[in-house]
Amino acid sequence: MGNTVSFMTRNFGKYDRSSIDSYESVGGFSALKKAIAMTGEEIADRLAACAIKGRGGAGYDMGKKWRQAREVDKPDKVVICNADEGEPCTFKDRTLIENDPFRLIEAMIIAGYSVGAQNGYIYMREEYAHLRPLLLNAMEQAEKKGYLGKNILGKEGFSYQLHLYSGAGAYVCGEGTALVESMEGKSGRPRMKPPFIKQCGLFHLPTCVNNVESLCLVPSILLDDQNEYQTYGTPGSMGTKMISVAGNVKKPGAFEIPFGVTVREIIYDLAGGVTDDNEIQLIQFGGASGKIASADILDTPYTYEDLSAAGVGVGSGAILVVDQRTSVLNFLRITQAFFSHESCGQCTPCREGNTQMKRMLEKIADKTHTAQDLATMKNICMIMKNASLCGLGETAQSAFTCAMERFPEIFAVRTEGN
Amino acid sequence: MKENHPVLTPALVQEMDAIMTHYQHDASKLLEILLDIQRAVPLQYIPKAAAYYVAENMKLKITQVYDVVSFFSALHESPRAKHPIQVCSSIVCKVNQSDFVLDSLRDILGIGLNEVTYDHRFTIEEVPCFGACDRAPAIRVHDVVYGPLTSREQIADIIEHLE
Repeated sequence: MGNTVSFMTRNFGKYDRSSIDSYESVGGFSALKKAIAMTGEEIADRLAACAIKGRGGAGYDMGKKWRQAREVDKPDKVVICNADEGEPCTFKDRTLIENDPFRLIEAMIIAGYSVGAQNGYIYMREEYAHLRPLLLNAMEQAEKKGYLGKNILGKEGFSYQLHLYSGAGAYVCGEGTALVESMEGKSGRPRMKPPFIKQCGLFHLPTCVNNVESLCLVPSILLDDQNEYQTYGTPGSMGTKMISVAGNVKKPGAFEIPFGVTVREIIYDLAGGVTDDNEIQLIQFGGASGKIASADILDTPYTYEDLSAAGVGVGSGAILVVDQRTSVLNFLRITQAFFSHESCGQCTPCREGNTQMKRMLEKIADKTHTAQDLATMKNICMIMKNASLCGLGETAQSAFTCAMERFPEIFAVRTEGN
Repeated sequence: MKENHPVLTPALVQEMDAIMTHYQHDASKLLEILLDIQRAVPLQYIPKAAAYYVAENMKLKITQVYDVVSFFSALHESPRAKHPIQVCSSIVCKVNQSDFVLDSLRDILGIGLNEVTYDHRFTIEEVPCFGACDRAPAIRVHDVVYGPLTSREQIADIIEHLE
């Protein structure tokens, strides 16, 4: 088995991204045609059979998510595509939209049909403003062809519209409830849960939020009569995954891999190895909120189960390689500064926790910290993890906590006479 | 910085009207509307008068408009420059020597971070990751990403081509 596959990326470079006719000529919208001959339950079952975990980072079972969304008994529902890809080192969703914009539109229509929604929204980060014309054009052409609007493809009662929304530089808006707040014309501060957005989300309607990559898998899965998807990966991690590799590597990029390729193969074969053949200092998985490991992890297969056993996780699919020119401490300070900038300031554990972490890292850099300081910080990290209002605060301490376990030498307390 | 430029010019008012009409005065599109207005303002920010104009025309409270303007880092309350140059300060660019990019910009433009050149043409800003990590170290000017930036000449050339 090769290190990369073309399952959801099969259309890359194959068609004119500004033309719906060109998309149809490579089989575009045949998944939608197939979908509307199925019921929403059947579509959800198909996704469940492929054991797709949400690709935004949280990893919620997608078949279950669509089934639950369908079962909500309300006349009006919405589907949202979360294209607010804000985790540093993550650019796989950008790659998918850039190379195959019509696929996302088709997937959003299938999602709408499947869960019984009347409106679909794509919330894309402001930093991807250059991709807006591509998506707007695709939406416009889809509407002209009758893939959007009333009684789509002649299916009585299936009416659906798509809307494109923009973020404005707030990482926290990748969190579902903050995203929804932002789409209502307000600041993007996460809501208290419950109610969960699946019951009461955008405009108080039941809302089903999916990541770009999760959605982009759907058309290929529905057309996959030979069960090709199931042949990729491992028993615990079926299928393929988009990853984005960057940092100190020779050939950074986004790749579609079958689960089970080792981290070494990803870094040395796909990404061309470490810059100037330097030694690896650390590898971070899943973006700034992700955990870190030393080079010991290189021979671990990239799967949910193996990464989890190695104390890291798939997360957003980002793999950041940091070579020995950057110290672990500097890495932590830069990562921490990101969270201080992005914390919305609403809940105490995240707001104060980040402030304390910043001060602690300054102390560690000055070597003026004490054992008591470290114990207090550990406690604060535990509180951030358990008591923050949203995922941002929960995970802002990930890299720090991980470093305390895996790189204890940088936390060594100066002793008398030393 | 004091707003010493005439902000609500007839041309800008006309443009703001067109933007709000385009989004059908839909309050849920407030972010898009403000981003488009910011692009239309010569110094790339949301002047107070523009914020009030939007609030009035969209029948929103001014507090809602400022709730959004002050929250989102892509929206700016004070004048910037004709070409705000955004330097990525995320970890991916940092480990790829983005400090070199920042130093080169400072040197070429003769200004520090968040300062504006005398002719109001350039300012240097640090922003978190803009998703161009495969092109690190990168800068972003008016939605266009430039990178990877490896030489001072390359950076000088980009600036020269910004009208």
